[in-house]
Amino acid sequence: MTETVKNVLDVKDLSVGFSVRGRELKAIRNVSLQLHDQEILAIVGESGSGKSVLTKTFTGMLESNGSITHGTIDYEGKRLSDLKKDKEWIGIRGNEIATIFQDPMTSLDPIKTIGSQIAEVVVKHQKKSKSEAKKIAIDLMDRTGIPNAAARYNEYPFEYSGGMRQRIVIAIALACHPKVLICDEPTTALDVTIQAQILELIKELQKEYKFTTIFITHDLGVVASIADRIAVMYSGEIVEVGTCDEIFYNPRHPYTWSLLSSLPQLAARGGELYSIPGTPPSLYKDIKGDAFAPRNPYAMKIDFEEEPPMFKVSDTHYAKTWLLDPRAPKVEKPSLIQDLHKRFLAMQDNPSTLDFEMGGDAVVLK
Amino acid sequence: MSSNKDVLLSLKDLEISFGEGKDKFVAVKDVNFDIYRGETFALVGESGSGKTTIGRSILGITPTSKGDIIFNGHKINSNKLNSEEKRDVSRKIQMIFQDPQASLNERATVDYIISEGLINFHLFKNEKDRLDKVTNMIESVGLLPEHLYRYPHEFSGGQRQRIGIARALIMEPELIVADEPISALDVSIRAQVLNLLKKFQRDDNLTYLFIAHDLSVVRFISDRIAVIHNGQILELAETEELFTNPLHPYTKALLSAVPIPDPELARQKKLLVYDMSAHHYETDKPKFVEIKPGHFVWANGEEEAYYHDILQEMHKKETEQK
Ligand SMILES: Nc1ncnc2c1ncn2[C@@H]1O[C@H](COP(=O)(O)OP(=O)(O)OP(=O)(O)O)[C@@H](O)[C@H]1O
Ligand SMILES: Nc1ncnc2c1ncn2[C@@H]1O[C@H](COP(=O)(O)OP(=O)(O)OP(=O)(O)O)[C@@H](O)[C@H]1O
Ligand SMILES: [Mg+2]
Ligand SMILES: [Mg+2]
Repeated sequence: MTETVKNVLDVKDLSVGFSVRGRELKAIRNVSLQLHDQEILAIVGESGSGKSVLTKTFTGMLESNGSITHGTIDYEGKRLSDLKKDKEWIGIRGNEIATIFQDPMTSLDPIKTIGSQIAEVVVKHQKKSKSEAKKIAIDLMDRTGIPNAAARYNEYPFEYSGGMRQRIVIAIALACHPKVLICDEPTTALDVTIQAQILELIKELQKEYKFTTIFITHDLGVVASIADRIAVMYSGEIVEVGTCDEIFYNPRHPYTWSLLSSLPQLAARGGELYSIPGTPPSLYKDIKGDAFAPRNPYAMKIDFEEEPPMFKVSDTHYAKTWLLDPRAPKVEKPSLIQDLHKRFLAMQDNPSTLDFEMGGDAVVLK
Repeated sequence: MSSNKDVLLSLKDLEISFGEGKDKFVAVKDVNFDIYRGETFALVGESGSGKTTIGRSILGITPTSKGDIIFNGHKINSNKLNSEEKRDVSRKIQMIFQDPQASLNERATVDYIISEGLINFHLFKNEKDRLDKVTNMIESVGLLPEHLYRYPHEFSGGQRQRIGIARALIMEPELIVADEPISALDVSIRAQVLNLLKKFQRDDNLTYLFIAHDLSVVRFISDRIAVIHNGQILELAETEELFTNPLHPYTKALLSAVPIPDPELARQKKLLVYDMSAHHYETDKPKFVEIKPGHFVWANGEEEAYYHDILQEMHKKETEQK
C-alpha cells in the first residue's frame, strides 16, 4: 500500500437525503471515500447507519424519494453523481458495477430456469456461444456450492432453498465480470459452512478476474477473513477507516471500540454480553457535535458542541473523534479489546484444523 | 445451572415425515435427547437440516410419524390428550419464531398481540390485572408502555423480536423454543436480546431450546449443544466439551467454518468440508453412542473405536500439559 494506489471510485463530501412525508431525512452526511483498485473494502456499522444507501448511489439505485444533495462520485473519469436517468446508467449498472443484495428473491426471475438466467448473462457479457455459456454457467453453479449443478440447471427458483438462491444471485453477478462488485450482506441468511465457501469463492474469483469489492456485513468474523480495508459507519458518516489490522488491533473511534466489545467471543460464559447503551440519533434532526457523543462513555464537553474532523492516525488510518486531538486526555481502549489477538489465540482450542486420516473425516479444503 | 438434572423434555426415537407414499420425505429421524430443567439446549446445523421442524413438533404444530415427545413425564405427541392436557401443554411450551416479520399479526396492536395468550387462557382477574401484566412485560423486554398501542410494522427488527419474546414470556412457560431469535439483528441489538433471555432464565428457571447457526453466539449462551445434519443428530455434548473435543467430521467442518474475528488467525484458517460418502455404514451400522459421559456421537463400531483413541490421545496431551 506504500506505492501510489489507483482509485477505482472516488467519493467526495457526499450527502444523501430522503424526503419522508414532507420532512427531510439525512441518511448520508459528508462522506468521503476512495476505493482502491482490486481491494476488498468492508463497510460495517449499526443497522440504519447508511451502508446500503451509500453504496446504492454508486449504481444510481436510490429510491425515488432520495437524492444526492451534495458532493461527487467519480468512477474511471465519469462523474456518477451527475447521472440522473436510468438510460445514462446503461453500461455501468450491472456491467461495470454490480450489486448482490441480501434478498435473492427480488433479483431472480421466477419463470425462467436457474441455468438459463446465468447463461443469458454469460452470453451477453462474455460474448460466448450458447453451449459455451451453459458450460460456464454449470461451472459457476458448481463453484458456488450447488450440488449436482448439471442436473439442477433446468430447475426454477422456487425449487431452490433460500441459501441456494443466494448462491445463484452471486453466480450471476460474477458472470458479468464486473469491475466493482458490491456485496450487501450477501451471506447473512446462509449457514456458516455455505458462508465460508462463498467467501472463499469471492476471494478466489477476485484474484482471477481482478475486480474490486465492497462488502457490507454485520459480522466482524466475516470482515476479518475477507477485508483488506474497513470503513466503519455511524449515523450517516464514516467515523473510522483503516486497514483490516488497524481497525481490529488499533481501533481509535469509541464506536469501533463498542462494536468490537460486543463480540460474543469476548463475553464470559454465564456473564453479560456488552451492548451499546442508548439509541442512535434521529436522522431528521441536525446533529450537533459528535453524533456518537450521547452513547459514548468517553465523551468530552467538546463532543456535544463541535463536530470532530477526520484525524490522521497513519497514511492508511483515519478516525473522526476528538479523542485524537492533541489536547484531549489520553484514553486507552477498553480492556476487553486490548490484546485482541492474544485473546483469540488462547481461544484456539478446537482441534478442527488437525486433519485425521480416518474414513468419514473432514477433508481439508485450503 | 442444571445441577439437579431434572429432565423436562425428552425426545425418543423421533421421526417426522412429510407427504405420503412415494412422495414421503423423512425430514427428521432417530432423534434422541433430553433437555434438563433450567438449561439452554442448542440445536445447530445447516439450513434445511430439520431444526425448525423439531421445534414445531414439540409445540404440536407439526405431527410426528414415530417416537415420543415426553414433557414433564407425559407423552404429548399423541392424539389421545384430552383438551385439558392440550391446553396445559400449549401454555407451558412457547415458541419465539424464526421470522419476526412473518409471525406477528400486522393488523393487531402490540397490546393485543402480547395479551392474546392471556385472553385465550383466561389468565387474568380483570381488565386492570391484564393491563398491569402486559405493561410489566413490555417494560421488562425494554420497550415502553406507549408502544402498546402501535402496530408491528412501526418497529425495527430488534423491537419486533422483543415483542415476540414478550408474547411468549407472558404465558409463564416452562420451555421456550427459540428459533433463530437473533440472526436478523445487528450486533448491539443482538447483545440486548441475548442478555434479556439470560435474565429471564435466571429469574424464572426457564428452559430454552435454542436454534441457531451462529456458533459464536451458541457457545456463549448454551449449556449443551446438539449438532444436526440431514435430519439426524450427529453429536451432542456439553458446550465446552463439544468445542474442545469435537469428534464427528461434520461437527469439525461446522466449527472450522465459524469465522474468527481476528485478521491474523482468519488468514491462517483452514476450512474443512464434510464428505458424507466417506462413512462405511453398509454392514457396520451406526447408532447414537455415549462415547464419554454426556458426550454422544453417531458412529458405527469402527468409528467408535477410533473416536475412543482420539479422546484418549487428547486426554494424554491435557495431562502432559499440566
Ligand atoms: N427510501 C427511503 N426513505 C426514507 N428513509 C430511508 C429510505 N432508505 C433508507 N432510509 C433511511 O436511511 C437510513 C440509512 O439506511 P440504510 O438502509 O443505508 O441502513 P444500513 O446501514 O444499510 O442498515 P442495515 O444494516 O439495517 O441494512 C435509515 O435510517 C433508513 O431508515
Ligand atoms: N411443511 C413442509 N412440507 C414439506 N417439507 C417440509 C415442510 N417443512 C419443512 N420441510 C422440509 O424439511 C426439511 C427441514 O426443514 P426445516 O425448516 O426444519 O430446516 P431448518 O433446519 O430449520 O433450516 P433453516 O436453518 O434454513 O431454518 C427441509 O428439507 C424442508 O424443505
Ligand atoms: Mg443495509
Ligand atoms: Mg429453521
